[in-house]
Amino acid sequence: MADTDYVLEARGIIKIFGNHTALDAVDFGLKAGEVHALLGENGAGKSTLIKILTGAYQPDGGAVLVDGKAVTLDNPLHAQTHGIGTVYQEVNLLPNRSVAENLFLGHQPTRFGLVDYRKMEKDARVLLKRYGLNLDPSSELGSHSVAVQQIVAIARAVQLSGKVLILDEPTASLDKNEVDRLFEVIGDLKRSGLAIIFITHFLDQVFAVSDRVTVLRNGRLIDTRQLDSLSRTDVVRLMLGKDIAFSGSTDLEPANSASEVLLDFKGYGRKKSVLPFDLTIHKGEVIGVAGLLGSGRTEMARIMFGADPADEGTVEVNGKASAIRNTTDAIRHGFGFCPEDRKAEGILGDLSVRENIIIALQGKLGWFKALNRDEQMEIAGKFGEAMDIRAASLDMPVKLLSGGNQQKVILSRWLATDPAFLILDEPTRGIDVGAHAEIVRTINRLRDEGMAMVVISSELDEVVAYSSRIVVMRDRQVIAELRGKNINPGIIVQAIASNPDEALA
Amino acid sequence: MKRLHLERLANPQLLALVGVLLINWLLFPNFFRISWQDGRLFGSVIDVINRGAPVAILAIGMTGVIATKGVDLSVGAIMAVCGAVAATMVVAGYPTPVAVIAALGVGLACGLWNGFLVAVLDIQPIIATLVLMVAGRGIAQLITEGSIVTFNDPTLIFIGTGSFLGLPMAAVIALVLMILVTLLVRRTAIGLFVQAIGVNRAAASLAGIHSRMLLILVYGLSGFCAAVAGIVVAADIRGADANNSGLWLELDAILAVVIGGTSLLGGKFSVPLAVVGALIIQAMNTGILVSGFPPEFNLVVKAGMIILILLIQSPLAGQLFGRRAIVTKAASK
Repeated sequence: MADTDYVLEARGIIKIFGNHTALDAVDFGLKAGEVHALLGENGAGKSTLIKILTGAYQPDGGAVLVDGKAVTLDNPLHAQTHGIGTVYQEVNLLPNRSVAENLFLGHQPTRFGLVDYRKMEKDARVLLKRYGLNLDPSSELGSHSVAVQQIVAIARAVQLSGKVLILDEPTASLDKNEVDRLFEVIGDLKRSGLAIIFITHFLDQVFAVSDRVTVLRNGRLIDTRQLDSLSRTDVVRLMLGKDIAFSGSTDLEPANSASEVLLDFKGYGRKKSVLPFDLTIHKGEVIGVAGLLGSGRTEMARIMFGADPADEGTVEVNGKASAIRNTTDAIRHGFGFCPEDRKAEGILGDLSVRENIIIALQGKLGWFKALNRDEQMEIAGKFGEAMDIRAASLDMPVKLLSGGNQQKVILSRWLATDPAFLILDEPTRGIDVGAHAEIVRTINRLRDEGMAMVVISSELDEVVAYSSRIVVMRDRQVIAELRGKNINPGIIVQAIASNPDEALA
Repeated sequence: MKRLHLERLANPQLLALVGVLLINWLLFPNFFRISWQDGRLFGSVIDVINRGAPVAILAIGMTGVIATKGVDLSVGAIMAVCGAVAATMVVAGYPTPVAVIAALGVGLACGLWNGFLVAVLDIQPIIATLVLMVAGRGIAQLITEGSIVTFNDPTLIFIGTGSFLGLPMAAVIALVLMILVTLLVRRTAIGLFVQAIGVNRAAASLAGIHSRMLLILVYGLSGFCAAVAGIVVAADIRGADANNSGLWLELDAILAVVIGGTSLLGGKFSVPLAVVGALIIQAMNTGILVSGFPPEFNLVVKAGMIILILLIQSPLAGQLFGRRAIVTKAASK
């Protein structure tokens, strides 16, 4: 048989949720000693496939083969006995127990029926050394960095299963050095003959460690290819089925001085949060906000929206002095806010897509002017279509949608209130390339229609592409405002890194 | 439209109620016999409705609280306080309407206090309402000065034992309250907002919902309902018993809401189904009583029935009874 060299194989996997086909006859083969990247937009079926390969879901059709033999994986524990281990984005260990306990939990070495801590810690030390970690096995796991915890989780998974390692977005919360460290570990494991599935949103990382790549789109297998035969554009094209071009435009459109001033913040700030800032926003203008994490970007957004009200300074809306003491005030003035943490502060997970879209409009209308179901359906349908929200039904719980579609739902929620001013905090973080492009397109469209926006983003290329002006923040204050020609990400980085005393024009 | 209504009627709560009533009928063939006497209906079924009314009234208020991911442990104690207020005021010679309105006002105030603790001071609901659960009975004893205050005021007694169109007054009050509250949450946006708060309070606030105000009102409503139940119970026994009025009824009310399909994790809720839940509980109590089982069996049989009812509602049961059930459920959401 030609395909006996597959350690783990999926053949013609079908998975159906309700009347939505999540996976449609997907084939996937994993060889020993390779790192195999699994790519696709959110909602393409990556997670579903992984859950089937680890026994968390049962396929509705097709077969899973381990070493060429068809198996039924009842649950992740059962998959482990077949040599399949998984490490998830959020470390699934016990932070308040020791590193050694976490490594051996469930199969601790025992002596006279009791846990032999000395042996366990000795074993742990030996094991950790193999991963280049020199740390005290009796220390609390939670006291170490996420990267170390991630490596401990990998060590545990490899120890328990030892044939296949599935890494589900392991790098999402790591910094550059930590990612490099993790990649060294992955490289070593690969050389030792382990088969590794690697899932990530970062194309750079795919090219850095992977040998082959499998691309899924809308629940279908698009292709499995040797990575060295592909360029980045090829991969993106496979994922999207089309070319996307982010304009590398470097000339910021200066605020059209003819257009009216919508908002004028003067000396606006909040103690222990953001130092007073001045900001004038015209209609049809996008203010990009750049700065490192913790520079006060999100805090600034929350102050403008009244979620954490300002305690100093004034704001004029349409030339009239106004008070924004809470979110309701802000919404009444035509503000909208898409928060950074979509899951914790954005979506109402158990409520339907329809209810999630109309909730802000209903909030604006008040308690007693309830939209009836037909009106809700019409509004949700209209904005769902305009934003290309991919949901099987507007009545399905929004938590079942992919991250990108959830973001579109939240954007639709605000657009339904017909806002004059939108604050978007990291609108494109953690979402797939397709939704990403859709959101960038929407920002451009809204700006052309005359809406004022503040967009916070870590993706500097993107900020440069759609902003009219860029505000740079550091240490909880606005340190520069960039405008004019020849602005590029390099200049922003320079501004962020510049000497605090230097004024930038 | 017709199909929709049929689908709604075939929910597990109503089926469970019918099931319990049928079992009662098997154990006690006269269960469904209803007679007309002195201008009102008598019979075991009427008894179920009458006896179930206090818990049903509590459940109406409790539903809103649980939908916001909260719980109100104080309702039993508030019943005692409000019963005590009504009884002592009537005995002291105040006109009955004044006594009743004062008792309702005290219940509302107790509920608003709970809401203040939960919404403004951000105390966990279980702890916040525990305060009044413990203190309430003490306050009730202070009001009654440690004794059971009995009264003979005919108007007040009518609230507990009278009848309207042949139906027991307590049941009529529960029904009217249920209809009013259901209309209030379904015909306005309040129901949606309460769900939104229960699902994700932070997100609901950012979407412009006055979550703090709504929470306070939801607890206020629960306190108000407890006051109504307290007055009904006191009027029924013609006296205010600070120690035993509403004792442990908060647990029955929570159970009624859960049987009614509202999750303790907040979100989707149904006031009428919570009332059905209260009736299921009372039907079991009455059934065990009239069927001649020794009363010792009561709690054990009740526990068994409750496990059964909750199992029927669980997602697992949905899977066992086939995909169709789940699909219908998803479609009807």
